[in-house]
Amino acid sequence: MKKRISINPITRLEGHGKIEIFLNEDGGVANAYLQVPELRGFEQFCLGRPAEEMPVITNRICGVCPEAHHMAATKALDRLFATDPPSAAKKLRELFYSAFYVTDHTTHFYALGGPDFIVGPDAPPAERNILGVIRKVGLDIGKEVIACRARNHHIIQMLGGRQIHPAAGMPGGWSKSITETERVEIEATARKNIEFSLFTLKIFDTIVWNNPAFRELVTGDTFLHRTYYMGTVDEQNRLNFYDGKIRVVDPDGSEFLKYDAAEYATHIAERVEPWTYLKFPFLRNPGWKGFVDGAKSGVYCATPLARLNVSDRLATPLAQEHFEKFCEAFGTKPAGGRRPPVHHRMATHWARLIELLYAAERMLELATDPEITSPEVRTLPHEVTGVGIGSVEAPRGTLIHHYVTDSKGMLEKVNLIVGTTNNHAAISMSIRKAAEELIRRGQMVEETVLNRIEMAFRLYDPCLSCATHALPGTMPLVVNFRDPAGAVVRSFRRDG
Amino acid sequence: MPEKPKLSVYWASSCGGCEIAVVNLHEKLLDIDRSLDFVFCPCLLDTKVADVEAMADRSIAITFFNGAIRTGENEEMARLLRKKSELLIAFGACSVGGSIPALSNLHSRESHLRTNFLDSPALDNPGGVLPQTRTEVAEGTLELPAFFDTVKTLAQVVDVDYFVPGCPPEPHQIWNIVEAVIQGKPLPPQGETLGAGASSVCAECSRQKEDKTVSRFYRTWEIVPNSSQCLLEQGLVCMGIATRQGCGALCPAVNMPCTGCYGPPDGVRDQGAKMISALGSVIDIGPYKGMTEAEVVAKTDAVLDSLPDLAGGFYRYSMAGSLLRRSR
Repeated sequence: MKKRISINPITRLEGHGKIEIFLNEDGGVANAYLQVPELRGFEQFCLGRPAEEMPVITNRICGVCPEAHHMAATKALDRLFATDPPSAAKKLRELFYSAFYVTDHTTHFYALGGPDFIVGPDAPPAERNILGVIRKVGLDIGKEVIACRARNHHIIQMLGGRQIHPAAGMPGGWSKSITETERVEIEATARKNIEFSLFTLKIFDTIVWNNPAFRELVTGDTFLHRTYYMGTVDEQNRLNFYDGKIRVVDPDGSEFLKYDAAEYATHIAERVEPWTYLKFPFLRNPGWKGFVDGAKSGVYCATPLARLNVSDRLATPLAQEHFEKFCEAFGTKPAGGRRPPVHHRMATHWARLIELLYAAERMLELATDPEITSPEVRTLPHEVTGVGIGSVEAPRGTLIHHYVTDSKGMLEKVNLIVGTTNNHAAISMSIRKAAEELIRRGQMVEETVLNRIEMAFRLYDPCLSCATHALPGTMPLVVNFRDPAGAVVRSFRRDG
Repeated sequence: MPEKPKLSVYWASSCGGCEIAVVNLHEKLLDIDRSLDFVFCPCLLDTKVADVEAMADRSIAITFFNGAIRTGENEEMARLLRKKSELLIAFGACSVGGSIPALSNLHSRESHLRTNFLDSPALDNPGGVLPQTRTEVAEGTLELPAFFDTVKTLAQVVDVDYFVPGCPPEPHQIWNIVEAVIQGKPLPPQGETLGAGASSVCAECSRQKEDKTVSRFYRTWEIVPNSSQCLLEQGLVCMGIATRQGCGALCPAVNMPCTGCYGPPDGVRDQGAKMISALGSVIDIGPYKGMTEAEVVAKTDAVLDSLPDLAGGFYRYSMAGSLLRRSR
């Protein structure tokens, strides 16, 4: 008889998900599915709303990364209203966004993904959490972690209006400027953030990299996939969270695509499977070939690891130093062309901390920019173009907001490709591979084995609330027969 | 040592912002850890549903339930946590009033389905595949929860002891509640709103009101408001006047109108209706002596035309719990 194991819900992530593992008669894994049982419906219920409300409506896609949706929406509005924000407004936005990255990556390392390493993957479930982390590392370090989140949320509120679900993004700029007193506080915060990032990288080095068992987890084959990688880079192909071109490299590391966010639909397509509410984006060329690795498969990944893989270098000095150390540790030296990517998915935890340091350094650069206290933070729009596409790097991957409006700026079409959704196929593959390698024939499946399977998704830091912004609302089956041009020639419908 | 009271935080149809608001108690989390046993919270802890099912009835002292009810799974979890909890608290705008997810109630299920799976710019779905509640795969059957036609509030599904508004609730307000529980303070009568004031956001806003009227409203991108005067009196549609106090008037402090996330104040059943009546005293159509009734109506309509989205704006956080509830 076939057996199955359910992990319900999967935990220490954002949003709802469950894993269904089917076992063969001999106890080996037949298949494993990540199912996302949640849907929200933003792409439909935003229709009819004024476009300028999108930064505060799409915030509510995700309470962990509202700043990412807020920013992608705000940038889409810049284009929709054909307005170029003053330079100080762009810098304020990026400053705000850098503070957000510091809190978000900190939360993941200490509260979501990190407990598996810091407390240990086989620790009792009741200890594998932020409180267990504090008990393990001691109150002093615990308080440092808490203080880091607190001071950056304070800055987020100062710049964006609120700690969660900010309000300041507008077409053509930002609703408030900062005073010199505020700037001084932001600068001090950024300096502390740099110290904190270096300290966190040291913790990673001590607890993970220098522990042979964990190093094996990071460098072994269980969590390895050779896929395409996506991320945003500036004109010099350096990592950028706020703005730039979207770059895709192939599994060997060669540049495969580089495009403006507005061209996303030319390169990305989304696949639907009947057993999950979440779609599977893939690269149109080479196309969908199933849940498989390699250059012939359109599966790609957009994560901190992916962003390092597409970047030629990092724009800040300390982060660049750690990036070089990271490349050296995995032996990815350029041979002829570009440096080959790091395919070890557990290395995403390390990559995330290098990004944490980059965000802290970038925050300091912006906080000390002479222009940052300029009161010129808004350009008033004078026209509605009818289309606006904006993108940022959300912590969990490239995030695209695409709006179409009428002449008054009322929404007629909304499409969102969010960070986590990019990685849906890759996450599913990682879960399946981990299940296959960790569940041994004839052995009891312990709770700790299941937790190690969950570690396969946690490394991606998935946000399934983000991913499930879409909503079908009902379950009828509709089968459309289309001619080669895509027009529906016949349609069958069965109500569910 | 006596057993610590148990705390749980669960999300239904929500964004996770309520969880982050709890984490943003910052150093007070350590007080919680000392005084309460945090037993269930999928965002942060590894407790599974089966572990909750195994707990004794009413053994969880307090559950903060956030998120609206939109799926069968949301409703099952609401019933399970009601059974296991001494106090069940509707926590945050989604569970109190439906909030942003309940904007779905302005749309049909079919339109959602078409938009997301059959008619989206990047879609590659030539077979018209749609997610199903049951799917046969080679290895067995995979199931997904059923979906409701209408997004509901928590209180429309189970009995709720208290209501905590806000999208999300502000951390200092959450702490007021948790501290009272830790100190064993007597609780207010069942059904009360906790973690907020009784009056409106205007009561805590530092902007000056001068009882000015407006002859038209502006979209936020059309003007740069001054930083001292009431935003509504500058022609921006600020919902503060129809919204419960509790946040500290955060959005107006960065020159943005209140969007109403704390829901209606005490004594107001319907936030949208309250906002419409409040606007009645703000709108000025100019001298109307000698105008016919039709001319007055036309002038009034012209002002109302500058309000582009009444249902989606005035009911943004309260649709599911409002008199309106849904379209059609």
